[in-house]
Amino acid sequence: MDTVFAPATGALSWMWLLIALPLAGATVLLLLGRRADRWGHLLGTATVGAAFVLGLVFFLQLSGLPDDARSATLDLFTFVESGSLNISAGLLFDPLSAVFVLLITGVGFLIHVYAIGYMSHDEGRRRFFAFFNLFVAAMLLLVLGDNYVMMFVGWEGVGVASYLLISFWFNRPSAATAGKKAFLANRVGDAGFLIAIFLMFASFGSTDFQTVFNGTAANNLASGTVLAIGLFLLLGACGKSGQFPLQTWLPDAMEGPTPVSALIHAATMVTAGVYLIARSHPIFSANETAQLVVVSIGALTLLIGCVIGCAKDDIKRVLAYSTVSQIGYMFLAVGLGGAAYALGIIHLLAHGFFKAGLFLGAGSVMHGMNDQVDIRRFGGLWKYMKSTWFTFLLGYLAIIGLPPLSGFFTKDPIILAAFNREGWQGWVFGGAALLGAGLTAFYMTRLFILTFHGPKRWTDDIEHPHESPAIMTIPLWILAVGSVAAGGLMSTSVVNWLTPVFGHTEHHEEKMSHWTATGLTMALVVLGVVIAFLLFRRGTALAEQPARTHIVRAARQNLYADRFNELVLELPGRLLTRALVWVDNRGVDGVVNGLAAAVGGGSARLRRSQTGFVRSYALSILSGAVVVVAALLVVTFG
Amino acid sequence: MSSFPFLSALIVVPLIGALITAAVPKGKPRQAKFIAMGFSLVVLAITAVMCVRFTAGDRALQFTEHYSWVPDWGLNLSFGVDGIALVMLALTAVLTPVVIGASWNDADAEKRNVPTFFALILALQATMIGTFVSANVLLFYIFFEVMLVPMYFLIGSYGGLRRQYAAVKFFLYSLLGGMVLLAAIIGLWVASGGVMDWQALIDGGPVDPTLQNWLFLGFFLAFAIKAPFFPFHTWLPDAGGAAPAGVAALLVGVMDKIGTFAILRYCLPLFPDASQTFAPLAIALALVGVIYGALVAIGQTDLRRLVAYTSIAHFGFIGVGIFAFTTQSGTGAVLYMVNHGLATGLLFIVVGMLAARRGSSQIADFGGAGKLMPLLAGTFFIAGMASLALPGTAPFVSEFLVMLGTFSVNKPVAIISVLGIILAAGYVLWMYQRTMQGTLNPALTELKPMRRDLNLREKLVVTPLIVGILALGVYPQPVLDIINPAVESTLDFVGVTDPAPTVPTAEPVATGDN
Repeated sequence: MDTVFAPATGALSWMWLLIALPLAGATVLLLLGRRADRWGHLLGTATVGAAFVLGLVFFLQLSGLPDDARSATLDLFTFVESGSLNISAGLLFDPLSAVFVLLITGVGFLIHVYAIGYMSHDEGRRRFFAFFNLFVAAMLLLVLGDNYVMMFVGWEGVGVASYLLISFWFNRPSAATAGKKAFLANRVGDAGFLIAIFLMFASFGSTDFQTVFNGTAANNLASGTVLAIGLFLLLGACGKSGQFPLQTWLPDAMEGPTPVSALIHAATMVTAGVYLIARSHPIFSANETAQLVVVSIGALTLLIGCVIGCAKDDIKRVLAYSTVSQIGYMFLAVGLGGAAYALGIIHLLAHGFFKAGLFLGAGSVMHGMNDQVDIRRFGGLWKYMKSTWFTFLLGYLAIIGLPPLSGFFTKDPIILAAFNREGWQGWVFGGAALLGAGLTAFYMTRLFILTFHGPKRWTDDIEHPHESPAIMTIPLWILAVGSVAAGGLMSTSVVNWLTPVFGHTEHHEEKMSHWTATGLTMALVVLGVVIAFLLFRRGTALAEQPARTHIVRAARQNLYADRFNELVLELPGRLLTRALVWVDNRGVDGVVNGLAAAVGGGSARLRRSQTGFVRSYALSILSGAVVVVAALLVVTFG
Repeated sequence: MSSFPFLSALIVVPLIGALITAAVPKGKPRQAKFIAMGFSLVVLAITAVMCVRFTAGDRALQFTEHYSWVPDWGLNLSFGVDGIALVMLALTAVLTPVVIGASWNDADAEKRNVPTFFALILALQATMIGTFVSANVLLFYIFFEVMLVPMYFLIGSYGGLRRQYAAVKFFLYSLLGGMVLLAAIIGLWVASGGVMDWQALIDGGPVDPTLQNWLFLGFFLAFAIKAPFFPFHTWLPDAGGAAPAGVAALLVGVMDKIGTFAILRYCLPLFPDASQTFAPLAIALALVGVIYGALVAIGQTDLRRLVAYTSIAHFGFIGVGIFAFTTQSGTGAVLYMVNHGLATGLLFIVVGMLAARRGSSQIADFGGAGKLMPLLAGTFFIAGMASLALPGTAPFVSEFLVMLGTFSVNKPVAIISVLGIILAAGYVLWMYQRTMQGTLNPALTELKPMRRDLNLREKLVVTPLIVGILALGVYPQPVLDIINPAVESTLDFVGVTDPAPTVPTAEPVATGDN
């Protein structure tokens, strides 16, 4: 199938406004400074709201186009042209970018509204909304770029916005460190992305989606090159999406204000890796090894996330590891390829709703509890914050996959698709996904019960926790409705909508029926819920209990991933740096100083006398000239 | 073309400015500052007109002027610029008034001679412009050597701690390079039969290949010291650390680029075979510089020295780009020279503002300062992001082009240089964290200047640089249009062509065997 994108017509030629609006918002808020303090949050929210409305208009126009021409490219200007390289600042609005635009601006708008309330007591609220707008602009560029370089510009743009927002409270050392860690882990991934782009240019002479995809599909490329492009893209995806081995930055990113965790580190930015792989589906579909690596990373990461999620007591970190794990499911799906591409995307969309809702719910709990994040210090809150409790309940049921909520329609098909992979791989990956579902049910039930039910275990300073204001609870309710309904509504409509992108897929013979998979999944989920309920319905100890097993100890230590980085990367890096500084000051400088002194007649003497200076200058010029002229004579007449 | 002698005017105007400024009595520093600023703005205006009148697609030298001077030596006052020289002129013209603005009060302290300081800056500008516009090897050499003098005094008389040591070291290194360069030029003179005009040398064709090797090494050593490339770099941290901030910006922003500019103008076209022979060596040195400079930068405890080391890493990228011999990498290298001038110029100037407020440029003396001066912190952040080549800032485009072009001919080199961008994130973010973020250093709150955010003068100084960094980051194509033909012509001299894509663009119709 040849990929051909149609040029934009009608309203779609205004799609650059999607990016320009939030970018203008960010610019105005940053340039006006304190003068915009009083209304800055309103402007910031309005630009994203307007972008959402525009996104809807564009979506409707796109859906009016015939199936085979459902795409629109817009060439804004030539970004870089040199030799045979030509990169245009071009945008692409197709069914895949359309759903992302709606997710980013829709959920983004709700979270902006929520943040008006959440950040109302923060003196940096205007700065917060400026960075938030900057993020939305970069994220939209990421999903709208029509070549890999434009995508990369957005890709690093969201990275820097994420950095600014993680270390938003930059006077807290932990926040500053977490921001830096996120940026560095992302840069490692970005380096991989860059190499993939270079490989594309060296192979096809272009970085346009169209040329690269058709070139790959034409099957002229050595399979090793396709594999290399795929793996380097995957490295980029792992960095951005917190997948193994670059997952450790994401939980630390919870140092940022909670709306940031909801929007950037749950609903949108961290899913960019899934977008990258889904967008590059012709590359991954062309190489089975690349797909196998994606599937393996997805399966491994989803288990890592679940296991660590069970061992954490910080409400936001549990949710963060849950995000790591859910994105693992998405990677699993897009790695499986074929019909599962669309499954990965609808799980991503559904996750955008329920995880954003869960994070905002967690923020609402913290808001009412003096910023307490330790779930051992909650309990019985359902009576005091009914809206938060009920919306959180819906998000919780959605993520564990209770029918007919979202997760059931989006996660179960992924488990089934994993089982249906050929041979032993099906059992391994299907089994991992199934086990993950049970563990998810366990840690989410633990989180829910310890927070909202059981005995009160509050710290002494809290007398009467308060429910958040309406400006925060209304977004919660809307997201909760999404958590309930989105999965069911999207399970066929969005899959059909995405067909022009991923193509029709033939049906494989299935080794496991739909009902067997669902039955197994439900059984494990119920088991997880019941165990967690029995263990935690009476609350939990306030202090950390000694770990009795290795797995608990390891899980509390994030499976030693941080320790590994420290020992294998940070420590040798620091020693190397120190050694090189020493060498540079003594060795290199010493040798060259010595040489210079020998030739120039001694720097100490030079410093003392200005007259000797000129003489030695002339002398050295002369001696140099003599040497070279002598050499010339030798060469010419020798 | 018009008959107005643009290029000689570009040299003469700042020179006259320098003389007039120097003549201002010591007691009237304000007058000297405004005169110097005025002349630097005139240079900027002339350069702007030149940019408009320049024919972008034309590969030949433009705005040429020719006056005979010492015919027996082949020494003529020949001037002319190609696209590479033009963008370097533009960079010089923009940076000089910015630096004058940034250094407005630098010479006031300790009763130093203010008019002389600004006169020296204009003299430095005149000589640096001279190196860019010369179209005669000997004439270039004269400017190349003479520009050391104003820089020597700027560092030695107006610098900070260890300024004497740094100035002498700078001079000695340059001296060594200049000496070897002169010897090589004499060799060229002998070989070409007394021809020194650049165009005539090109038209005469390259000299004997064995001889080329020696002459190339002579030229290259001088320019590698100037740039500087590893392992000739150790003068730069001292000079950059001791020089006043604005002077450091000119030193690293413009003067060092004369080394890489001259490699492109002289080494490659005049010694094409030798350039190919020694390209692996040059790439190796440059590549070591990329990684080594970044690692050593991470370990620095002084802001100015840190920025100087980051520049060594950046010059490594420029060197890789030049010697990879592809259109993209070469164009990227030239654009890098411009962008680095803007980004590192801004970084040096911001560090200077910080150091002036704190009375120290030791990183440990800061901490959490972003709280006190949000605007200055924001500017510092933007300069840092430009330094790590964030997309949206100008350096991204140049670094991307260098690595992309290099990758198409030499994958290992490109992949190692990609490591440099990870390390760049390391040194920039760690520097920013230790100075601007984290717990507020209590010593800072007691210092009154640390509570003063950017004033109007400082805003006027940093704005053009920030605007330039962002504008060239979003829409670099106009500048690339100027650089591309000059780079292509240089590569033609060397005799290399870009590799074709390994897979022909998959046009389904093209596969038939009609």
